Amino acid sequence: MAEYEMTIGIECHVQLATKTKLFSPADNDARDAKPNSKTHPIDFGLPGMLPILNKEAVNLAVRAGKAMNAKIANLSRFDRKHYFYPDLPNGYQITQMYQPTILAGEIDVPTEDGTTVKVRIHHAHIEADAGKLTHYGDYSLVDLNRAGTPLIEIVSEPDMHSPTEAKAYTTELYRLMTFAGITHGDLYHGNMRFDVNLSVAPKGSKELGTRTETKNLNSFRSVEKAAEYEFKRQVALLEKGERIVQETRGWDDAKGKTTSQRSKEDAQDYRYMPDPDIPPIVLSDKQIQEIQSNLPKLPPEYRAEWGDLGVDKSVINSILANQKYAELVSAVLSSGGKKAAKRVANWISSNLTIDEATDEKKNADVADLLALCEMTEKAEITSNAASELFNELMNGATDPRRLAEDRNLLQVSDEGEIAAIVDEVLADSASQKAIDDIKAGNDKAIGFLVGQIMKKSQGKANPGMAQKLIRERL
Amino acid sequence: MPTISDVKGNSARKNIEDALKKAKEFEEYHALLSLTEKRALERADAVDSGEITGKLAGVPFVVKDNYLAFGAPTTAAAKILENFDAPLQATAVEKLEAEGAICIGKANLDAFAHGGSTENSAFGPTKNAADPTKVAGGSSGGSAVVTALDIVPFALGSDTGGSIRQPASFNGVYGIKPTYGMVSRYGVVAMASSTDVMGCFTKTADDAELVMSIMAGRDEKDMTTLPDYFESTTVDGKVKIGVIKDTLTDDVDESVRNVTNEYIQKLKDAGHEVEEVSLPLVKLSLAMYYIIVPAEVSSNLARYDGIRYGRRAQNVKTLAELYGRSRDEGFVTENKRRIMIGSYVLSSGFFDAYYLKAQKARTLLIQQFDELFNKYDLLLMPTAPTPAFGFGENTDDPIKMYLSDAMTVPANLTGMPAMSIPAGTSPDGLPVGVQLVAPRKADAKMLAFAKSMETQR
Repeated sequence: MAEYEMTIGIECHVQLATKTKLFSPADNDARDAKPNSKTHPIDFGLPGMLPILNKEAVNLAVRAGKAMNAKIANLSRFDRKHYFYPDLPNGYQITQMYQPTILAGEIDVPTEDGTTVKVRIHHAHIEADAGKLTHYGDYSLVDLNRAGTPLIEIVSEPDMHSPTEAKAYTTELYRLMTFAGITHGDLYHGNMRFDVNLSVAPKGSKELGTRTETKNLNSFRSVEKAAEYEFKRQVALLEKGERIVQETRGWDDAKGKTTSQRSKEDAQDYRYMPDPDIPPIVLSDKQIQEIQSNLPKLPPEYRAEWGDLGVDKSVINSILANQKYAELVSAVLSSGGKKAAKRVANWISSNLTIDEATDEKKNADVADLLALCEMTEKAEITSNAASELFNELMNGATDPRRLAEDRNLLQVSDEGEIAAIVDEVLADSASQKAIDDIKAGNDKAIGFLVGQIMKKSQGKANPGMAQKLIRERL
Repeated sequence: MPTISDVKGNSARKNIEDALKKAKEFEEYHALLSLTEKRALERADAVDSGEITGKLAGVPFVVKDNYLAFGAPTTAAAKILENFDAPLQATAVEKLEAEGAICIGKANLDAFAHGGSTENSAFGPTKNAADPTKVAGGSSGGSAVVTALDIVPFALGSDTGGSIRQPASFNGVYGIKPTYGMVSRYGVVAMASSTDVMGCFTKTADDAELVMSIMAGRDEKDMTTLPDYFESTTVDGKVKIGVIKDTLTDDVDESVRNVTNEYIQKLKDAGHEVEEVSLPLVKLSLAMYYIIVPAEVSSNLARYDGIRYGRRAQNVKTLAELYGRSRDEGFVTENKRRIMIGSYVLSSGFFDAYYLKAQKARTLLIQQFDELFNKYDLLLMPTAPTPAFGFGENTDDPIKMYLSDAMTVPANLTGMPAMSIPAGTSPDGLPVGVQLVAPRKADAKMLAFAKSMETQR
C-alpha cells in the first residue's frame, strides 16, 4: 500500500440553528416531535404555496462563510433541483446550483501530529432539507418535520490525503460551525453529516483515480474509519487489476464497511432551473462586514491567544472541543493572567470528559476559578484537592475556600502544628532507617519521612514545610 | 347586474340570491365548476347585519378555480385536485373579502390554466357568452363568461400568457393583466411562476380600477410582489400611443384588424397621437414563451404526485407506478404535453440551448419594449388574432392553439401591465377586443386611460 496515495474531498451538510425553516414559518426544531407536527402548508407543498426566504438563515450562512475565511457573494440565487421522492413535497429541492452565497474559502486544520493542513473550500450553498421516510413491510410513512430545514452544504477541495486529515478537517469544521453559532451541532440528530469523496492513485501520479462518495457519515470517527476502509478497498481492487466504479457508497458502522448504493450510470438528471419564486439574495459589503463583526472568537483565534501559555497542543485541542471551556480559559487568561489560565487549561484537559457529542456543557464562575488557582499557587491545597474542587466548581459549586474548609482539604502550614507531627515521626522507631540513610547521604529517603507526616496529618500538612522542618532537625 | 355600483348598496342577500339564480339559469354554459352557496349566503347576512363592511360590501364575484378559496373544492379543473379542499385562501381573495365582496362560485378553466379555450378542462368546456357554439377562450374562460352573462359584476382570473385578456376579448368584457408582482400569487395554483399574474374581468374600466386597487399590494407571503404603488388616477390631454404593426399582418383575422383600426380612429378622434411602430421580437415571443413557461410548468406540477393530497392511483405495486399512474390519471393531455416540453428543455445538455437562450431573448424583448416606452405612453395591438373559434377547431393542432396567444404573451414575458378592452364585433356578432400595454407599474395610468376612452363610447 505504500506506493498508493489517497485524495479526499469532503462535502458537509450543516443544519442551521434557525428558529424557523428555510422557507416557512414552521418550527425548525423537530427533535423528538410527533411526525408531521412541525409543518406548514409551504413545507407540505400545497398548491399555491410560495417560499418565504428566512433572513436568519442567510445571516447564518454568511457567518459560516466568514468562519471559513470565504468570500461572500454580493448576489446569489436559488435553484430548483428536481426529482421525485415521497420525502420531497414539491418534487424539487430548493438549493443553489449556479450562484451560491458562500464562495471560495480556506481552513487551517491542525492535525494530531501537530502539523497544519490547509483545506480549501470550493464553495458552500444554502439548501432546504428533505423529509424522512420510514419503511415498513409493504408500506412507508412520510414525516415532513425535517422538510425545509435550512442547511448549508460545504464543499471542500480535494486537499486531504489521509484518514487522520479527513477526521481533523471534519473536527475543525465542526468547531468552527458550533463556535460561530451556525448549528446546534447535535451529531446524533444529524446536525452535521459528511460525505467523503475518496480516490486512490499511485504515489506521485499527477492524475487522480476514480472516486467514490461515501455518504451520510455522522461522526468524525466514522469519517476516519470510512476513509481507511475505502483506501484499503480501492487499493485491493487496483492491485487485482480491477477498475474503481464511480459510485455512491453507504457506511455500515457496525460492520465497519462501505457498501455500494448506486453507480454514476444511474445518476438522475435533476433538470436544474433558477427558482422564479425567490428574488436573488443581495448583500452589500457593508452588510457582510456587519455580520462578520458579530462573529465570536473562533478556534484559530483561541489557538493564537493561548500560543505562549506553555500547555501541550493536546490540552488546547481538548479544550477546543467545547466552546464553553474555551471561553472559560480565555476569561481566566484575561482576568487572571497566563499562570492561572495554564492551570485551568490543564484542569479542564485532565479532569473533564470531553465529548463533542454530548450536550452537557459544564461551566464555572471565573472569580471562583481564580480563587482556586491562588489557593493552589500558595500550596494551601494539594493538587489532588485542587482537581476535586475544580470538578465541584464546574458542576455548579461556588466559593472554593469554603468548600475546602468544609471538606477539611486545607493544608496545615502552621509551623508549630507541623513541627509536632515531625517530631512525633522522627521519634518513631520505624523512621530510624530513613534517618540513617539520609545521614549517610541518601537524600531520597526523605520522601519516606514526608510521606509518614502526610499520613499522620491526613494529607493536610504542607509537604514543603514538612521537608524543611525535617532537615532542620537532622 | 352589470356593474359594481349597480349592485352595491342593495341587500346583500338579494344580490347573492340573484347571482346564484342567474348562475343556475346559465348552467348550460358550464362557466362554473361549483357554487359556494352556503358560505356566500352566510356572508351576505353578515353584510346585511353590518358585521361585514367595505368598498365591495355585498358585491358578488366569482373566482377562477385555481384560486384557493373556501366553500368548494379548488380543482384547477384537473382530476388530480378534484376533491381538494383548500385549508386557506389566496391573498387576492382575502383582500376582496376584507372589503366585503362575496364569492359565489368557482369558474371553469383549462386544467391548470393550460390552454386558450377552456376545452382542456377535465370537467368539460365552457361556452362563449355571445355564441354558445364557440369557445369561451381561456384559460380563464369561465370567469370571462360569468362576467359577460351578468351573473356577477366581476370575476377573477389568472394570466400567464393571455389567459385573462384573450377570453375577455372573446366574450366582450374588460380583462386586466397587472404588472408582474402587483398582485400576490399566494394561494393560486401556480402555472409559470415568472409570468403568472392575478387580474380580473369587469364590465367597465371603472370597476376594473376599483377591483385592481383592492387586490394590489405587497404581500409578505409572495416574495416577488412589488412594494405598494397602485394609485387610481386620471388622464388629461393627449396621450402618445404606438400601434405595433407587427401584430396587424395578413395572418390576423380581417374582423380583428377592422375593429382595431376603428379603435385607432376613435383614439385619434379623441385627440390622441397614434403612430405605427415596429417591435420585431414580438414574432419570437411565442417561441420564448413556449420554452420558459413549460419549463416552469414541469417544475410547478411536480408536487402533484398522489402522495400527500389529491388523486392517488389505486392498485399500484411500485412507487414509480404510483407516481406514473396518479399523474397520468390526474392530468389532461395538454398538462402532459407541457410537462414533456418543459422537462426536455431543462434536461442536462439542452438547458443552455433552450431555456437559457429563451431567457436571453426575453431580456432583449424587454429592452425593445422599454425603448418604445421612451417614446410612447401606451402600446396598442389586438388582443387575439381571431374572434372566438368553434369547439374542436384547434384542439388537434397544439401549434395552432398556441398561435392564439401570440399577441398576449409579450406582456407576460416582459412583466408589463396590459388589458383587453371590448372594442367591437365581427360580422358574425362575435366580440373583439383591443389590447393596451403599458410600462411596468403604469397599471393605474393604463386603467385611467381606458376610463377616459370609455366615456368616448
